[in-house]
Amino acid sequence: MPEPILNIQGLKAFYGDFQALYGVDMYIEPGEVLAIIGANGAGKTTLMRSVTGLLSNGPGQIHFQGNDISQLRADEVAMQGLAMVPEGRQLFPSLSVKENLMIGAQVGRQGPWDLDAVYRLFPILEERKDQASTSLSGGQQQMVAIGRALMANPDLIMFDEISLGLAPIVIKDIYAALPGIINGGMSAIIVEQDIAQALKVSSRVYCLQEGRVSLEGASDKVSREEISRAYFGIE
Amino acid sequence: MDWVNAIVQGTLLGGLYALFAAGLSLIFGVMRLVNIAHGDLIVMAAYLGLTVTATVGLHPLAALAIVVPAMALIGYVLQRGLLNQTLGEDLLPPLLVTFGLSVILQNGLLEVYTADPQKMDAGALETASIAMGGLTLGVLPVLTFAIAVVVIWALQWTFYHTAVGRAFRAVSDNQDIAQLMGLNRRHVFGLAMALALGVTAIAGILLGIRTSFDPSIGGGRLIFGFEAVIIGGLGNLWGTLAGGVILGIAQTVGAKIDPGFQILAGHLAFLIILAIRPNGLFPRIAA
Repeated sequence: MPEPILNIQGLKAFYGDFQALYGVDMYIEPGEVLAIIGANGAGKTTLMRSVTGLLSNGPGQIHFQGNDISQLRADEVAMQGLAMVPEGRQLFPSLSVKENLMIGAQVGRQGPWDLDAVYRLFPILEERKDQASTSLSGGQQQMVAIGRALMANPDLIMFDEISLGLAPIVIKDIYAALPGIINGGMSAIIVEQDIAQALKVSSRVYCLQEGRVSLEGASDKVSREEISRAYFGIE
Repeated sequence: MDWVNAIVQGTLLGGLYALFAAGLSLIFGVMRLVNIAHGDLIVMAAYLGLTVTATVGLHPLAALAIVVPAMALIGYVLQRGLLNQTLGEDLLPPLLVTFGLSVILQNGLLEVYTADPQKMDAGALETASIAMGGLTLGVLPVLTFAIAVVVIWALQWTFYHTAVGRAFRAVSDNQDIAQLMGLNRRHVFGLAMALALGVTAIAGILLGIRTSFDPSIGGGRLIFGFEAVIIGGLGNLWGTLAGGVILGIAQTVGAKIDPGFQILAGHLAFLIILAIRPNGLFPRIAA
């Protein structure tokens, strides 16, 4: 087994006195596409916030490319090559489409992704580059959010609920673009409520339930019964 | 003609008020920080200018070359060392801390420079004037207004055409996501405060050439700055210039009616605009 690009061991996360994660173990290998599923409140977003550094954790719980990133700030984690497409797009409303993309490159990492590459992936964004990001449709905004994360030339990209609030046809387009993104050897974590979609594009899957990993397996091996048990906790 | 004169002089005075206000507007826009010590920082810049002119023997305007970077550095250190710790969901801690800072600055200046009114000597510039269509305009007020326009334009340009301006806007929009993009908000806030106090240095020096000053006048400058920001609309720099001009005209026209009416007229104009247009005349369009 190659060295995991991201290795999470015994991750505990808290919001004040409230504990949201109870010792999560998880890893992802280089070039792998990992899916994380789970119901609302299972801890998916908390996990993302912990990994990206928006939430601070105890030492030694998260290693990225061999380095302990548990206690780094989010901007320091980003510099190491970890990018996120946040839930709900979260574009910067004061910035144009092009500026939103350019801010993604702020970390200053070299690689294949630049403005031209993003425009080749999503040609519509070049047409709309000077518009306010809020004037775009939901699907186009999602493209900007993905492009913004790619501009950082990350080694690991995380997609948090990219299909949330989008029309099915748009979701199909977005997922159709995914292989073009990941083919470059980038690793990806896909957090999804749409289980079928998540299983289709990933090689392995984790299911979270109430802050714990309730299921781990190859995406094409796990059965519907296993998933519904892990997802809802029904015996 | 006297009335035209009052309006023109008020417009030029508005340039100085816009310079008072620009730093306040910038800081509030980027980090939602209301800096109660802003007026005292303007006065501190004037005293720094005084020290530089007195010790090095520079013309006050040349002293800008030292005072602007010095104030910018103070701004960065102040933000990283103190003000960043107060920022959060609650607007009250930064208000209280900058209020305390205001008290400390006033008393510090009093200790170092005494309560005697001081003034910077700008030589012939102070009394030079130009005749224009029956009006006589002081070169210093005209220069002040021109500097205000250039400073506002430069700030606007920085905001919309540079990487640091993009970072200011991004952090202002969404601090968490900006952090995910590799922007350390503490550093970005430090840069914003440095820029704001750089502008404050210009305001302080021009104030110190125009009138005499002592450690107690910071509060008054803060009020004029606030009024200019609110009249113009929060977060709009050109609006801030317009706000300064409206305040300046109200004051000079008020003084024309009755010399004792000057400051009150400015406050009344502010209150009337606040009552009619609570968001100011040119609010930034909400996203």
